[in-house]
Amino acid sequence: MDVFSFDDPHHLLASVWFAIIGLFLIFYVVLDGFDLGMGILSLAAPSEKYRGAMMSSIGSIWDANETWLVIVGGTLFGAFPLVYGTVLHGLYIPITLMLLGFMLRGVSFEFYVLSSRKKLWGTAFGLGSLIAVIAQGFALGGLLNGMKIENGLFIGGVFDWFSPFSLMVVLGVIAGYSVLGANYMILKFHGELQNHAYARSKIFSLLMLCFAAIVTVWTPLQYPSIYERWFTLPNFFAFALLPLAALVCFFMLFKALMRREERAPFIWSLLIFLFSFIGLAATWFPYIVPGAITIDQAAAPTNTLVFMLLGIGMLIPVMIAYNIYQYSVFSGKINPDTPEQND
Amino acid sequence: MDMLQNSEFLSRLQFAFLAMFHILWPPLTVGLAIIILGLEATWLKTKQIVYYHQTRFWIRIFMINFGVGVISGIPMEFAFGTNWGPFSIASGDFFGNILGFETAMAFMLEAGFLGIMLFGWNRVSSGMHLFATSMVVLGSTLSVFWIMVANSWMQTPSGVEYINGKFIVTDYLAAVFNPDLAHGFWHMFMACIELSLVVVAGISAYYLLKEREVAFFLPSFKISVLALVLISPLQIIIGDSAGGALAKTQPAKLAAIESHWDTNPPGEGADWALLAIPDQKNQRNLWEWTIPDALSLIVTHSLTGTVVGLSDFKPEDQPPIWIPFYAFRIMIAAGVFIAFMALWTLWLLWRKKHQMNPENISQNTWLLRGWILTIPAAYIAVEMGWLVREIGRQPWIVYGMMRTQHGVSALPLETVQWSLLSFFVFYLAIGIAAFYFMRHVLRQGPAYEAAPKYIKNKNRPMSSMNDGGY
Ligand code: HDD
Ligand code: HEM
Ligand code: HEM
Repeated sequence: MDVFSFDDPHHLLASVWFAIIGLFLIFYVVLDGFDLGMGILSLAAPSEKYRGAMMSSIGSIWDANETWLVIVGGTLFGAFPLVYGTVLHGLYIPITLMLLGFMLRGVSFEFYVLSSRKKLWGTAFGLGSLIAVIAQGFALGGLLNGMKIENGLFIGGVFDWFSPFSLMVVLGVIAGYSVLGANYMILKFHGELQNHAYARSKIFSLLMLCFAAIVTVWTPLQYPSIYERWFTLPNFFAFALLPLAALVCFFMLFKALMRREERAPFIWSLLIFLFSFIGLAATWFPYIVPGAITIDQAAAPTNTLVFMLLGIGMLIPVMIAYNIYQYSVFSGKINPDTPEQND
Repeated sequence: MDMLQNSEFLSRLQFAFLAMFHILWPPLTVGLAIIILGLEATWLKTKQIVYYHQTRFWIRIFMINFGVGVISGIPMEFAFGTNWGPFSIASGDFFGNILGFETAMAFMLEAGFLGIMLFGWNRVSSGMHLFATSMVVLGSTLSVFWIMVANSWMQTPSGVEYINGKFIVTDYLAAVFNPDLAHGFWHMFMACIELSLVVVAGISAYYLLKEREVAFFLPSFKISVLALVLISPLQIIIGDSAGGALAKTQPAKLAAIESHWDTNPPGEGADWALLAIPDQKNQRNLWEWTIPDALSLIVTHSLTGTVVGLSDFKPEDQPPIWIPFYAFRIMIAAGVFIAFMALWTLWLLWRKKHQMNPENISQNTWLLRGWILTIPAAYIAVEMGWLVREIGRQPWIVYGMMRTQHGVSALPLETVQWSLLSFFVFYLAIGIAAFYFMRHVLRQGPAYEAAPKYIKNKNRPMSSMNDGGY
């Protein structure tokens, strides 16, 4: 099936929405990815003072980052209701765990500042982040495992998402987010905390490389259909490009870390995420729930998709613009070693 | 308790619990944001530092409240997919679409400028800061609008056809501007404003009673009370007309909230039960205390207008009675109490000026205590209003078209028991912590910060302690 066929407006619109939701998901994964990853790293922060600095460096943006997930949810609900109603049902436990994790870390931001028991709320922040990341890993792994869906209803068991494969995905996601988090810290701090971040980034990058390799090899072995898709001839060259590009990025990331560059590591890790993501989408398209539901089956009718495109599509550049603005207002380094300025 | 052994009932209980917890927070976010915007604009206009201090003080309350509102809202959105899968699949074309609008238009806008509003005092110009605050106001108000579009469509679905278990939208504008939207939105939005004014008045009263920071809190007390003199009767009028509209749009709900069983014959008025002991099994009231013809008068504004009774509906189409009936009365009592407090205080301000000046204000013990009590009253009104609205809609998830039992995901019992229990424990802990930190902020009182520099300085070290927010 052609990706963008103009003969069939419904298919075209469904593909456009698939791409838009993919875009929102990428925004979510890299933006909340680095602040969740920093949450995980904060569990082993060198000192309480540094943990405070790490938390306050994302205090102004975590809410906007998390809102990208809310947008993914809202648009998925509108554009692909069948996916929303079956996948979330099937992933009940990971989704609930993720929400509980979000809660724990969300309240910790304010309570940490107000409370005199810094350690308690700092730990709650780290644990909440870790729980949310583990849950997201299981959700992704569970989705890739395949879901039992019949006649538009989820009919599998509540623990279907759990498997050795999904466990591997979880480890990959933890490592990946930690790399993003550490690279963001390199960008935001200097001195001792930055050194700490360089060290962490190196370790987690290596781990991420291992897990990514395992998952990439495992996937085609698990699914004959993917095996076919990847290893038939013209496709093979296209699909080989993506892991190759990711590998190059890994190499550049290590080089940048060795040279103690500040911006480059973050950018290379973003690109790694981007390529993995495109790889996933290309592997499964036109399925939106691997092996079970195609985008055409799941998509809302044409008039709904058009209505949403008019309402939300127009807002995409605006949303991106003011998010960039907010980032730029709070760009610049944070120095946790100077005494607090009082004003 | 065999109800707790039923996964459909537990899903309903879980949704009710999530919603009733969530709705504790956004009303203050929405209303207080507007008040803060007013204070900040006044500060920029008059350059009187007291307005800046007021802005900063109320932002601290706002901040705690906001965090809990966000984290309790996200589970609600996901609850539609996890616990109400068949409903989501059936209604996604419209309902999901509207939630998508809400997130893209409202939540993102709010989140995108919130950081600047809280932490940006020393990073952007004064005009830009004011702009950020107004975008937060716009975002939160739009979110009330869109969520009420979604909810009111469930109350009075229009612009759709229900074919093969799926709602197909035939007319978007009719679905968005469904018959219930105007009442639903305005009553909810007014509730946000009223509740926030009450919180400002109540907190101010608390300080005045303790004779702390009188110069700071007397003005905020007076201004919020004066605003309530307008807002609180207005809310009663809107509520009354919402009730009147129910007679046409959801007669079974109206009959339930009035425990009105038998349609009154033509030419006779329907009595209004002030209090009653409803007996749903036998379709009558075991005991009631009524005012003759008053129900006809309230609902139709005529002494003999027809009000459809609940017995006209098949038993399986009747909502439960007890909760809507009593919740409705409690809401009215709360609304009348707040309006009474506002008018009483207005009278004191007008006739007994000497009692209301900085030296004597703390002696009005009952007045000030009464204002502290209006805070729980406003929250109770909001909770009760939603109970009326949502339980009165039963047994329909989309009124008259789709039944609640057909909207629920088939989940194993233990799973829902586990999630309900987890949410319960987490929310309890978060609620207690939030309460504790609110008290902490109130103990500290206003901080009298130096005026903001409004300089563009990206490289300023940032810590939430000194960069605004707290
Ligand atoms: C400060 C809060 C507050 C106050 C003082 C009142 N209400 Fe209210 N009421 C609400 C807050 C609220 C609410 C929580 O916001 C509800 C639930 C959903 C909605 O749209 O508004 C509501 C719902 C609601 C409904 C149900 C609408 C429906 O199901 O479609 C009716 C009939 C009334 N109200 C009527 C009244 C009357 C006659 C009042 C007179 C005192 C009153 N309300 C005071
Ligand atoms: C935030 C304020 C709200 C409160 C306090 C509230 C309260 C409740 C309660 C008590 C129930 C359970 C009724 C029962 O099963 O007997 C319920 C159900 C439900 N409500 Fe709300 N609600 C709120 C807002 C909303 C909004 C804005 C929507 C839609 C956008 C909504 C959608 C639903 C759905 C889908 C159910 C489950 C199905 C049902 O029981 O009918 N609620 N809510
Ligand atoms: C009438 C009832 C409701 C009102 C007035 C309302 C309003 C709000 C507002 C103003 C916010 C912004 C955050 C905050 O102010 O704390 C918020 C947060 C949220 N609400 Fe509600 N809400 C209602 C019911 C619901 C329902 C039924 C849902 C489920 C779809 C929901 C989903 C959310 C979500 C997902 C967030 C977090 C958004 C973010 O990340 O910024 N709300 N709500």
